[in-house]
This record gives sequence, C-alpha cells and structure tokens, in this order.
Amino acid sequence: MTYIAKPKIVHEGLARNALGYTIRDYEGGMSTLCAGCGHDSVTAAIVQAFFELDIPPHSVGKMSGIGCSSKTPAYFLAASHGFNSVHGRMPSIATGASAANRGLHLLGVSGDGDSLSIGLGQFAHAIRRNLNMTYVLENNGVYGLTKGQFSASADVGTKAKKGEVNEQQPIDSVQMAMAQGGTFVARSFSGDKEQLVPLLKAAFKHDGFALVDVLSPCVTFNDHESSTKSYAYTRQFFHRAIHLDYIPPAKEIKAAYDEGDVMPVELHDGSRILLRKVSKEYSVNNRGAALDYIRTHQRRGEIVTGLLYIDESEPDMHGINQTTAKPLSELPFDALCPGSDALADLQNRFR
Amino acid sequence: MEPTKTTGTEYFHRVVDCQWACPAHTDVPEYIRLIAQGRFSDAYMLNRGSNVFPGILGRVCDRPCEPACRRGRVEDKAVAICRLKRVASDNRDDITDRLPTAPEKKNGKRVALVGAGCASLAVVNDLMPLGYECVIHEALDKPGGLMWTNIPSFRLPASILEEEMNYIIDMGADLRLNSPVNSLKELLDEGYDAVFVGTGAPKGKNLQIPGRDDSDRIHVGIQWLESVAFDHVDSIGENVLIIGVGNTAMDCCRTSLRLGAKDVKVMARKPRNFFKASDWELEDAEEERVEIVVNHSPKEFVIENGKLVGMNFEKMEYDIDDNGRIIEQRVVGEKFFPADDVVLAIGQDNAFPWVERDIGIEFDQWEVPVVDESTFESTLPGVFFGGDAAFGPKNIIWAVEHGHQAAISIHKYCQGQDMKQRLPRGVTLQSAKMGMHEWSYSNDFDPSARRLMPSVDLAERFNKLNIEVELGFTAEQAAQEVERCLNCDLQTVFFADLCIECDACIDICPVDCLTIAENAPEEELKKNLKSPFLNEDQPLYVSAPLKQTGRAMIKDENLCVHCGLCAERCPTAAWDMQKSKVEIPYAIDEMAQDEARCLEDRKAG
Ligand SMILES: Cc1cc2nc3c(=O)[nH]c(=O)nc-3n(C[C@H](O)[C@H](O)[C@H](O)COP(=O)(O)OP(=O)(O)OC[C@H]3O[C@@H](n4cnc5c(N)ncnc54)[C@H](O)[C@@H]3O)c2cc1C
Ligand SMILES: Cc1ncc(C[n+]2csc(CCOP(=O)(O)OP(=O)(O)O)c2C)c(N)n1
Ligand code: SF4
Ligand code: SF4
Ligand code: SF4
Ligand SMILES: [Mg+2]
Repeated sequence: MTYIAKPKIVHEGLARNALGYTIRDYEGGMSTLCAGCGHDSVTAAIVQAFFELDIPPHSVGKMSGIGCSSKTPAYFLAASHGFNSVHGRMPSIATGASAANRGLHLLGVSGDGDSLSIGLGQFAHAIRRNLNMTYVLENNGVYGLTKGQFSASADVGTKAKKGEVNEQQPIDSVQMAMAQGGTFVARSFSGDKEQLVPLLKAAFKHDGFALVDVLSPCVTFNDHESSTKSYAYTRQFFHRAIHLDYIPPAKEIKAAYDEGDVMPVELHDGSRILLRKVSKEYSVNNRGAALDYIRTHQRRGEIVTGLLYIDESEPDMHGINQTTAKPLSELPFDALCPGSDALADLQNRFR
Repeated sequence: MEPTKTTGTEYFHRVVDCQWACPAHTDVPEYIRLIAQGRFSDAYMLNRGSNVFPGILGRVCDRPCEPACRRGRVEDKAVAICRLKRVASDNRDDITDRLPTAPEKKNGKRVALVGAGCASLAVVNDLMPLGYECVIHEALDKPGGLMWTNIPSFRLPASILEEEMNYIIDMGADLRLNSPVNSLKELLDEGYDAVFVGTGAPKGKNLQIPGRDDSDRIHVGIQWLESVAFDHVDSIGENVLIIGVGNTAMDCCRTSLRLGAKDVKVMARKPRNFFKASDWELEDAEEERVEIVVNHSPKEFVIENGKLVGMNFEKMEYDIDDNGRIIEQRVVGEKFFPADDVVLAIGQDNAFPWVERDIGIEFDQWEVPVVDESTFESTLPGVFFGGDAAFGPKNIIWAVEHGHQAAISIHKYCQGQDMKQRLPRGVTLQSAKMGMHEWSYSNDFDPSARRLMPSVDLAERFNKLNIEVELGFTAEQAAQEVERCLNCDLQTVFFADLCIECDACIDICPVDCLTIAENAPEEELKKNLKSPFLNEDQPLYVSAPLKQTGRAMIKDENLCVHCGLCAERCPTAAWDMQKSKVEIPYAIDEMAQDEARCLEDRKAG
C-alpha cells in the first residue's frame, strides 16, 4: 500500500493507441493492496491488454465481489462502469448487466474465495449460461482480505503461514469450468505477463464466458516455503502447455511458424489467436483429452497453463435466449415497454 | 551485459545529472532541499564549499547544470537551479563566522597569483586556510577580472561581487592593485614557492574588413564593456549594430540600450540554432526589444565624409543536413544597415606578451601555454595556469574548478608531494527509509511548471546602468520551485538476492524505466525494455541474476523521477532509496590527510 499517488508523467517513450490514449489513461486509483501482491500485477496486465486492444474505457463494465482481488477494479480503468457486489454474487449482477446492455464489455474480477467458496453456485451458473464476459479469477489459495484462512482452492498438504495443514480436497476452477461446458478456459500466472496479456486479450474477444484463472500469490499470507501458491512454487511447477498469440482483425500474421505446430482460431470479430503447442500431446479443442492432461499433470504437482480449451461455436446467453441484437438499454421506450394491452395479450396466452 | 558495477564513484555520481554536469560538482539537490527547509545559510555554505561564489553564480552562472537537469527530460523545462542558488544567497543570515579563516601561524610558503579574477581568487580561497601567504598582482585598480569589467552591473550588482570577493581577500591575502606583471621572469626571481597565472583571455577578436580603421565608432566588445564599467564611456549613438551572437554580444546590446541607443540590432552570420549565446541570454535581450538579424555576414564598414554611417552585409543562404550541419553556403544578396556605432563581439583570445618564451614555458601553435589537464601545471615546474588563461575562454564556474584543482597541486608541489597522487572522489550511501511510507525526502512528484523570474519594468530598467533586472524569486515561487527538483541523489539501490520477481516495481514505476528480462548483449537488451531506450547518454543498470528465474532487473536511468515508488512497493526491500553524497576532495582535505599520516607516524615511531 502506497501513500503517494503514482504521478502522471507524459514522457517521450509513452506510446498512444489507436484512440489516442496512453496506457496511463487505462489506469485507476492507487492500489491499497500489500506491496508485492500478485493481484496488482494482474491489474497491470488488464490495463495493458485493454490499452493494446484500443477499447474505450467507458465501454467496459467492471464487476466484482468481495476480497482483495475483488477490490482491484478500483485500480484500473477509472473511466469505466463498475459494480462491486455482495460476496460471491458478482455473476448474477453481471448477468443482469449483460441482459440490459449486451454492448458492454463485461470484465469480472473475483478471487478463489469469492468464486469457489461462498460463490461457487453463482460461478457454476454463469458458466452454464455462457454469460458473455471475461471472468478473471485471482487465485491465491487463501482468503487474503480476512487474513489468510484457506480457501477452497488450497491444495491438500499446503501449510498456512502459522503451520496449519489443509486436508480438504481443492476445487479447481479450471476443471470445473471444463466439466461444466465452459467455452473458454485458461490458466496463467501473475508473474508472467508475456503469457497473461495475450490470454486476456483473447478472452475479451471471445463471445461467451471466458474464464482466466490466474495464480496470483498473496505475499503476506501465502508466499512462504510450504505453500503451493507462492511465487517460488508456482515458478518451479509452472508448465506451459499452449502458447497463444493474439492477432487483431485485419492485421497480417508476420511471425514465421512451423506448419502443423500452429493452430489458428478465428474469433467472432475477425481477430485470430494462434495457438502454439509447447507440449505435443495437448489438444485444445478436445474437452476430455484436455481434462485428462490437466489431471495427469496435477497429480505430478505441475500447474498446466495457457489457453486450455476453446469452443467458438456455442451460443452465449443472448444467443440462447434469442434476444434482440440491439442492447435493451438502447431500445426506444415503447419497444421496451409495449404497454398494458401487450401485457394482457401475453398473459392471455398462458391462461 | 555484465551486471553493472555500482561500487565505484562514477555510477551514482552520474545519476545526479546536475552535479555531474557542474564543473565544480556543486551538490545541487542537497542545497535545494536545504532551501526547501528554510535553511538558507546552510544552503549557501554548501554552495560556497564547491563553487565559492554562490551570490555571483546565482545570478550569472553559465549553468551547465540546467541543460543536464533530469526534469528537462521529463517535461520541457529544467529546475531553476541557478536562481535557487540566488535564493540561498539572498535569504542567508550573516555567515561571516562560518567562513574559512587563515591561521595566525603561516606555513612559510609564499604563492604569487597573477590577476585577481575568479580563478586566482578560488586558489586563494583554498590556500589561505592552509597557512599559505598569497600575493595577488592585479593590473587594474579593482579585483574581480571580467566579473567586474565585463559582466554588466544590471546582471551582477557590484555589492554582491565585492562582498563575496572580500570573504576571500579578508582572510589576509596580499592584494596588490595597479600592479601589472610585465615579466614572469622577474616575478619568478622574487623567489615565490609557486606561481599561479589567472590572467584570463583579455584580447577581443578584431574584424579586419574594409573601413575598419577609418572610424573611432567601431568598438571591440570586451574593451568597450570595460570602458563602460570604468565610467570612461557613458553614451552611444541611436543606431547600434552588434556583430556576433555570443553571450558577450548579449551584454553589449543590452548595455547599449542603457547608454541611450534606440535601435539595437545583433547581426548573426548563421541561423538561430548555430548561436553561441545561451537561450536565456537571448530571451533576456529579445525581451528588451533587441532585434536579432540572422544570415547576414559583415562585408564592410560604410564611411561617409569620415563618419561611420553603417555597414554592408552579405545575405547568406545555407543548406543544412539531417544532423543540422551546414553542408553548403552561398551569398544571395547584399544589404545596408545604418549605424552610429558598431560593437564587435566575436570572441576572445589569450595573450601572454609578458611571459618570456625562453624560461621553460611551452606554448602551442595558438600561443596558448601547454597545461596539464589534471594538475594545471605548465611545463615549468611550480608555475600553474587556470581559468580562461589555461584553455581559452570558458566561464566563472570552470575558472573556480580550475582554482580548486590548482590549489591542490600547489599544496602538493610546495610540500614536495607527487601532484598526480591526489585523494580520490568518494560516494557514500545511506538509506532514506524512515518507516513504511516515510522517506527522508519529499518524494511526491510535483507537476508544476518552472517559475518565471520576476523582473523590473522595461521602461524603468533603462533609467540607470546598474539597475539589477532580475528581482529574484518570491518566497512562494521559491517554495514551489524547490519541489520541482527530482532528488536525483536519492538513488535507487537494488539487491538482486532479495527480489522475488513479483513485478510490483515494474507495474508501479510512473515512467516505465524498469524491466525484468533475460540478460542479453547490450543492443538486444535495449530492444526489450518496457519503454523504448531513447537516450544514449544515460546508463542502463543491469542486476546480477535473480534467484527464481535467473533473469535480470534492468533500469534505464534516463527518466527515473526518484519517486521511490519501486522501493515502497517492493515487498522484500530489494529496492531501497539511498541518499548518495559525492565527496569531492579539496586542498584542505589533502592537508588533513597529511596531518593524519603524520599523527600515525608519530604513534608508530
Ligand atoms: C562580456 C562577457 C560576459 C560574460 N558573462 C559571463 C557570465 O554571465 N557567466 C559566466 O560564468 N561567465 C561569463 N563570462 C566569462 C567569465 O567572465 C570568464 O570566463 C571568467 O571571468 C574567467 O576568469 P579568470 O579568473 O580566468 O580571468 P579574468 O576574469 O579575465 O581575470 C583576469 C584578471 O587578470 C588581470 N590581468 C591580466 N593580465 C595581467 C597581468 N599581466 N598582470 C596583472 N594582472 C593581469 C586582469 O586585469 C583581470 O583582472 C563573460 C565574459 C565576457 C567577456
Ligand atoms: C457474506 C460474507 N461472508 C464473509 C465475508 C468475509 N470475507 C471477506 S473477503 C473473504 C474471502 C475473500 O477471499 P478471496 O475471494 O480469495 O479474495 P482474496 O482476498 O484472497 O483476493 C471473506 C470470507 C464477507 N465479506 N461477506
Ligand atoms: S531534478 Fe534536481 S537533482 Fe535532478 S538534475 Fe535537476 S536539479 Fe539536479
Ligand atoms: S524511483 Fe523507482 S518507481 Fe520511481 S521512477 Fe525511479 S525506478 Fe521508477
Ligand atoms: S517489487 Fe521487489 S521483489 Fe518485486 S520484482 Fe520489484 S524488486 Fe523484485
Ligand atoms: Mg484468495
């Protein structure tokens, strides 16, 4: 936590994006998290991804629940919309926001406690609905905000700062999303922006629910030696299965790739992602095989990262419900509220 | 790239851009902080230690520090370093009891100084406290050299000049006015232990074109300014042309306006970016409505009926390449400018008619003595040169630095020690951390723009020659300006073994000057930085391999604003803000070292 504000200095090396904004225009208030918290790095990655995608800040809706992770929307995109919900209930608020304004770029930030303990039910249903949002789960294995109790993602055998051992099975958001029919499932590490930033960009561009689980160490309560969510542990057991490059629409693919090694996936807005397998056996659009791979490596204590599963063919919540293409919030009042005669008509149909 | 060595003195000294650029290495950020705390006398004394004439330099220094100032890279204007020096001087209390004094008991060595300009005075300032007897021979009836004969009193009031010169002379120097030295040989024969030559570069350059010798209204700038200073000249014609566009030209045009000229033009041969004058001197002259005419090369003086009526100029055109260099030039016409007086301000030369060429002092092809750049000794042992006399015309602050170095040499020479074995510079570091979010300096970046110097009304300032134009900063302005300093001496010091590579510092840095990357050859590293590498003059810091991944922490020193946010955000204190102090040795330190050695010898024996 820092008392002086990060000064806004427009220096020579500061680039501008297509909208004429600098990266500083995508920042928010000063973080009040502990110095060295992984969540701050995720914030920086989000800022960078939005800047590079040329997304106007005011077109974004930042949604979150409760926790240190859920506080972070205050630290990026100051000029956007946001809602900080009750603990674990962000998905339903996000559902409402999306229903009312499908034009909003929804970005949820949550924690392992917020999503996998108190909010597990909400989380599962958001996946089921294929709610069109990016859902960043900042995973540190503890309830950081309430001083480091184990969360539902704590591994068996991991020790709390004071030595207590966790003996309950962890809930893995990635495996859950995969099993639940999630259409975009990714895992990354706060300490690896090279991987995280393109992943976030692809997630924003995915139509449907995009889970990005980010291992994000809690320096204060879970960065000690016998922790499995520390910087050192994550770095040691970090396993990159798939590397992803994000290519904006209409941009030529310049880098040279070996044929067969690269799988291009076209997203709905014409942008592409290029997936490069780091691990030969991995299959990014075979749910069963992908799950297997993740489980096998998990048993060895390895953390599989990258874009783990993608399916661009499933309809999102609006598609499933066949809503209007125009956001409800932009419909004229009489279209939105056709009057009591129309209501009576509707009711009559059910009599 | 090899991990950066920060253990010597150079790395951290270079980071303090102003102090590095100052010839005398004045500790700028420290004196600015002292001013911020209202400790004006302390700020004055700190200045005096390195530059000897804070009141003078706070008005007229050439300020090589300001173009170097980091603030000028972060936004367009540097900190008003020079004018803050004046704030320290203007607001100081009586500091006479803090000045150096000469001991009653002399050390038996006599040093002669030729000329009483700033170079000689700096030598005297350093040698008197050591017990040397200093005899100054000055040709004129006042000490000060060009500071009094050429720098106009509307820039540098006589009272300020006298006060600071007297601090030195009053230590008991033997100042002999109206005593030109006409023969170095004779002076040497008087048996001094050492001689310092600080006679400046007294010869104004001439312009030998048709008509030059046909009028007495054509003046050589520095001689003319001297005549004005001596009250021998107190008027000038209505139309005046100044030839040349260096700092001397600026003083000549502004002086002309105060002696009655109505229309003053400064005639430049080349376009504006080739001007020698400092930007601020040009600004000051233009504010006084002096017109600067570019691309006109003097051709001839026009004399009618024995009277100067003006000058003809060739109009020039230049082809300039991408690097701003002239590749072609041609004459495209001619133009007449009327003038009642013309002042030539095209440079100065050294002249040593009084130095015999057969006494062992070697001169180079330009008639400048051969002088050692670190000891300032000439080829004749025991004879030293400094200031403008050593390597041609420079400025006051260089003359002072020459004086400090020459004083060390003279001391070592007189004590029979090796002049080349000088005390080295040092850098000390001390953590500035006071608590979780507390640092012993003001680390919050203040975005204010540079304060504008208030000055006397245009109409009023021409009434008399010696009305000081600049009024000095008000208290409010000074309080604001000090906050613009970025505290470059608060160094970011990195401990690679503590870093857990959490990226906190990388993310918080407001100018993106930090990167963690695989170490690589320099050229490649420069391509992988978070913010592009833009300034070749500024160093890259590269750490030892980091523990977790073996990558390196890299810092581009160019834009760091020393806000300390990296250190504040670092969970392991791998970054620390440490106050650096550059220790510059003077003659008195050499003597202290001698005494310490003596004491040890005595203990041992
Ligand atoms: C018009 C003008 C404006 C300037 N403005 C500035 C400015 O704003 N800021 C700045 O930093 N610098 C300025 N300078 C440059 C600066 O004045 C000089 O660099 C500086 O004064 C050099 O100091 P010095 O001690 O080497 O020599 P000088 O100041 O030249 O002093 C030499 C002294 O030696 C005496 N002398 C010479 N020969 C003999 C002899 N044979 N016997 C006895 N005495 C002798 C002279 O009378 C003189 O007093 C300016 C120069 C000029 C010409
Ligand atoms: C309804 C409710 N129950 C409990 C709490 C207490 N509480 C606050 S934050 C938190 C856990 C947050 O953990 P996580 O989502 O992992 O966030 P982190 O701080 O670790 O980033 C809990 C249990 C609460 N605020 N509201
Ligand atoms: S900002 Fe201050 S310390 Fe840094 S170069 Fe400028 S005056 Fe010197
Ligand atoms: S002090 Fe640290 S955070 Fe501040 S500008 Fe310098 S490197 Fe960046
Ligand atoms: S904040 Fe400290 S520990 Fe984290 S990367 Fe920077 S120096 Fe290393
Ligand atoms: Mg948590």
